[in-house]
Amino acid sequence: MSNRKSKNNNLLHGESLSQVQRILRERFCHQTPYSNLFGVQVQYKHLIELLKRTAVHGEGNSVLIVGPRGSGKTMLINHALRELMEIEEVSENVLQVYLNGLLQINDKIALEEITRQLHLENVVGDKVFDRSSSCPVIFILDEFDLFAHHKNQTLLYNLFDISQSAQTPIAVIGLTCRLDILELLEKRVKSRFSHRQIHLMNSFGFPQYVKIFKEQLSLPAEFPDKLFAEKWNENIQGLSEDKNVREVLLKHFNVSKNLRSLHMLLMLALNRVTASHPFMTAADLMEAAQICSMDSKANIVHGLSVLEICLIIAMKHLNDIYEEEPFNFQMVYNEFQKFVQRKAHSVYNFEKPVVMKAFEHLQQLELIKPLERTSVNSQREYQLMKLLLDNTQIMNALQKYPNCPTDVRQWATSSLSWL
Amino acid sequence: MISHNTRQKTRKTYSWVGRRLLDRKLGYQTYTEVSVKREGCSIQTHIQVGQFVLIEGKDENPYVAKLIELFEDDSELHSRKRARVQWFIRFCEVAPCKRHLLGRKPDPQEIFWYDYPACDDNISIETIIGPVKVVALAPDEVIPVGLKNEETFFVKLSWNEKKFKPLSPELFAVFDRRQEDRSKYQKPSTKNAESPSCHTADSVVKRTESRHSASKSCHIPSAGKKLELDSFPRIPASKIAQKTSCASLDSPRKTKRKMTFSETTSASKRPQLEAVKTSFPALKTPEKTGARGLIGASVKNDSPECHMTLRTPGSAVKTMRISEEMKLTPIREGRRTSGVPYVGLKPEYISKREAKEPEAQNEAIGTPHHARRKSSLLTLNRIRQQLRYLENNKSDQEDKEFLPASEDSNSSSEDEGASALPLLRRRPCHTSRHLQPVSEPSVQSPSRTPKKALKRRTPRCVTAKIRSRSLAAQEPASMLEEARLRLHVSAVPDSLPCREKEFQDIYNFVESKLLDQTGGCMYISGVPGTGKTATVHEVIRCLQQAAQANDVPPFQYIEVNGMKLTEPYQVYVQILQKLTGQKATASHAAALLAKQFCTRGSPQETTVLLVDELDLLWTHKQDVMYNLFDWPTHKEARLVVLTIANTMDLPERIMMNRVSSRLGLTRMSFQPYTHSQLQQILVSRLKHLKAFEDDAIQLVARKVAALSGDARRCLDICRRATEICEFSHQKQDSPGLVTVAHLMEAVDEMFSSSYITAIKNSSVLEQGFLRAILAEFRRSGLEEATFQQIYSQHVALCQMEGLPYPTMSETMAVCSRLGSCRLLLMEPSRNDLLLRVRLNVSRDDVLYALKEE
Repeated sequence: MSNRKSKNNNLLHGESLSQVQRILRERFCHQTPYSNLFGVQVQYKHLIELLKRTAVHGEGNSVLIVGPRGSGKTMLINHALRELMEIEEVSENVLQVYLNGLLQINDKIALEEITRQLHLENVVGDKVFDRSSSCPVIFILDEFDLFAHHKNQTLLYNLFDISQSAQTPIAVIGLTCRLDILELLEKRVKSRFSHRQIHLMNSFGFPQYVKIFKEQLSLPAEFPDKLFAEKWNENIQGLSEDKNVREVLLKHFNVSKNLRSLHMLLMLALNRVTASHPFMTAADLMEAAQICSMDSKANIVHGLSVLEICLIIAMKHLNDIYEEEPFNFQMVYNEFQKFVQRKAHSVYNFEKPVVMKAFEHLQQLELIKPLERTSVNSQREYQLMKLLLDNTQIMNALQKYPNCPTDVRQWATSSLSWL
Repeated sequence: MISHNTRQKTRKTYSWVGRRLLDRKLGYQTYTEVSVKREGCSIQTHIQVGQFVLIEGKDENPYVAKLIELFEDDSELHSRKRARVQWFIRFCEVAPCKRHLLGRKPDPQEIFWYDYPACDDNISIETIIGPVKVVALAPDEVIPVGLKNEETFFVKLSWNEKKFKPLSPELFAVFDRRQEDRSKYQKPSTKNAESPSCHTADSVVKRTESRHSASKSCHIPSAGKKLELDSFPRIPASKIAQKTSCASLDSPRKTKRKMTFSETTSASKRPQLEAVKTSFPALKTPEKTGARGLIGASVKNDSPECHMTLRTPGSAVKTMRISEEMKLTPIREGRRTSGVPYVGLKPEYISKREAKEPEAQNEAIGTPHHARRKSSLLTLNRIRQQLRYLENNKSDQEDKEFLPASEDSNSSSEDEGASALPLLRRRPCHTSRHLQPVSEPSVQSPSRTPKKALKRRTPRCVTAKIRSRSLAAQEPASMLEEARLRLHVSAVPDSLPCREKEFQDIYNFVESKLLDQTGGCMYISGVPGTGKTATVHEVIRCLQQAAQANDVPPFQYIEVNGMKLTEPYQVYVQILQKLTGQKATASHAAALLAKQFCTRGSPQETTVLLVDELDLLWTHKQDVMYNLFDWPTHKEARLVVLTIANTMDLPERIMMNRVSSRLGLTRMSFQPYTHSQLQQILVSRLKHLKAFEDDAIQLVARKVAALSGDARRCLDICRRATEICEFSHQKQDSPGLVTVAHLMEAVDEMFSSSYITAIKNSSVLEQGFLRAILAEFRRSGLEEATFQQIYSQHVALCQMEGLPYPTMSETMAVCSRLGSCRLLLMEPSRNDLLLRVRLNVSRDDVLYALKEE
């Protein structure tokens, strides 16, 4: 009886849970303009006033939104545009053009894209429109810095020129993560740019970070299963006060204030929520944090064969001896030979072609990197290489390496230990 | 700008006073005094020779002149009573393109001795409105502030259509004497009221006609012009004029009735005090167009000179100040005071936008600009034709020159075009001065019409158009918004302050080329934002106006911008299209243009070509530049090429010898604006608008002058400051002035480097990484390190500070984040551990930013 009841419970939870996951994943992955903005009220105000003046008063404007990746630049502009479009008199009036520096890689493509988005039939450079009668256009240039690399910056010159002349009122909004963006602009273009910059700097502290964490995980009030939502939110509240969770969050916060990385962490934790494990726990978060901060190269090293590990250790010793000088296969092989002949008990003395094969495998994994490009006729044994692993990384990997022979481990700690 | 009420519907009777003197030489009878009597009003004004008078002008501005002589001329049919005057000119009557020659801002009451003999000084006395006071000042004297009442004018300089000169000592002496004379004259005049001095029998009835109400359909030139028309009654315009003046003969009764209800408390007290009712056009809100508000003003005249200012309850935006002044000449013991009410209508601020909006425009400001201009042009031409007839009658030897009397408006200028030296001359009109249509009230935007005219000439096939907005743009509501609008770079000012010399040089260059019908090149350089393009546009605008006034031959203007071309050869296509409307490929267009400019064709008008951003027309062979500079050298080309670029030594640096040689040495460089110039620019834009503290304007001017001297920057900062001001005052309803603090904030926002804030706001690990970089740099003594080296430092630092061990992947992510912000400069990340890292910020900045915590 009780078994059946719990099963029932599970089913009920299952439905709610799939909904929870849908809602939260949408929140983490899509930048919907319906989510909240954090700590950018001043910037938002500035931007929306600017857009309104273009839309309502027909004034030309230009602005750059500058901030590191994941600081909410696109979110900000999306919010502002949504609010702008909600104003009745504006929604009919304003045209929007979205350009992305990664897509419109030269002015010709950009111009075509503008024409397409404005539904113009023919490409027109600069037509004179009257300030009060033509429709305001809002240009949004994502990855603005890439537009600055176009030839002569013709597109930017013309856009800024129009925004500063009594033609069609346009607002040029550039989004970029480069702080030195103004230095990229040519002097004539720079002079025409209004020098307005909105900086988004993730300028919040840890308490606010925790608040954001809570808000991001909380279910909205309009969630169908009220009881479940209440329970879930209570659980989240509990989590945000949990010491372990706060520790995890602090570590994450110290690494990056970026909200996207927080979303990543939460997403990983969310994946562990199942019907049998309906509520998120501190352990889930800790595990997710571990996955997030994992060293990718160390993981690769864990999957290497003993021979390959031995080669890496040989390279490490070479690095120590020759002070970061590049090495070639022959040197590594000799080092390996020395180890095998003198000390090794567990490692079989492989033939040279086999060792060569292992060496090439390491190269394919990009744990070692040739200094020059491999030419066809050069002898592969003598090509100079560099190791792309740090000493500490090797030592840490070795400690976790499953079934590592003790003599190999000893050899790793000291190149002189076999003497 | 004081405007004069031309709507007073009173008849005036003019009669001679005093002894008649016979001038034997001329056969005229001359007089020393005239009395003006206004019908329905017992006031009588006496005007003596030597006095200064106001004379009815074409528009609201009455002209100022000094009476030299009063005489009767029987040869004039319609108005025998004549006067000879010495003209004074107001600043607003000076041709707009020459105004800058003054080199300072004129005082509103300043007038100039008009030293131009070609101007006719014989007028009918019926055009005289009344006496006025004119005071001569030494050039270095300051116009007295206390005497700011507007019936006194000040003379400092004389103007001879070429330059402003200080008054010569003789003239100055004359002035002083005249003023003494005048006071002397006033005494005998007291008798005149009763003395049966020789009143001439025919007193002319005259009505000042209302330009506003009567001339809507047909622009009737006011007094001066009308008289001229009267003297030649076959012309239809004069008939209309007569008709209207006849039709309005019964109007005095109306005025009288109005006068009865206008009273003041003082009016009844003393016999001297007369209530004078004046009606004048009040600028009304748009819905009342047509129905002019008549506002009675009663003026007490217990002081010799009294003036009063009243305000009309205008709409919120169109606040007009209507000031009325009266100048009265008191008669000592006479029961009558003669007074001429003089009403000034002063548009305090009519923004350009309002002037542009046809429906919001009421008719007091004008019948639609274009129409008015057209009608005034029409009448101008008509008058000109008559003049020629008259002159033909008088002097037959001039027959040839004035023969084309039936020519249309366009070709009527040929004789003048050849001889034109002064840009704006007073026409040798017969009875009164006539100002050219270009010098219309300057409140209206002067830039519209020539542009339109230009566009008509260069047809373009419009292929695409952004759809027009469904809702009209909103008008500014508050003072700050208005200021922001005026500070926008796109708001082209009426005149460009601080670029007078450059303007004059370019103007003279192009004008001389136009007049000589030759070609030439000019190279203009200067850093961005110093007004190069704006000045050239202004020159072209003035020249187009001059061309419309037939002072220079008409020309075609083409503008190309190197930045707006996809490649240099497209310049041919653009020029050809703007020149002829044809479309062709680049090479074909080049051939066509070469044919057009280099071969002997039919006489054509000169082409003025502006090439902006010249440096972008550089090609490997430099053939584009070569052609552009080569065409003007051909005799038949009649091409004037103005080129603009940023660098002063562009011709030497990038041009081949044969190209730079053709460009010639006509060069001009625009210096960056100094702080005082920037300040002047701001002040001129914010005229009559108290939105900024004076200190604030000075601060921003100095800041920008120190940084770049870029006027655009200056305007942008001010605009941003108005926003900050508005934002900070949002709680209170009334936003105050923009203060220094607001401007400082705007300047900081625009110019301060964001690196430090970025570092301060970065995460702990990112800051740690920056520290590690500094440590590594200090260790190695180099400004560059590989990621691996920094990583080991970073690990050590983290252990020291008790932070969890940073994995390689995390650190790499941190590094690339800093790199994407350009706090660091780094190699592509495929180098992985070996990628080299450099700081993009100075070490001190990093240390400062990190220490702050």
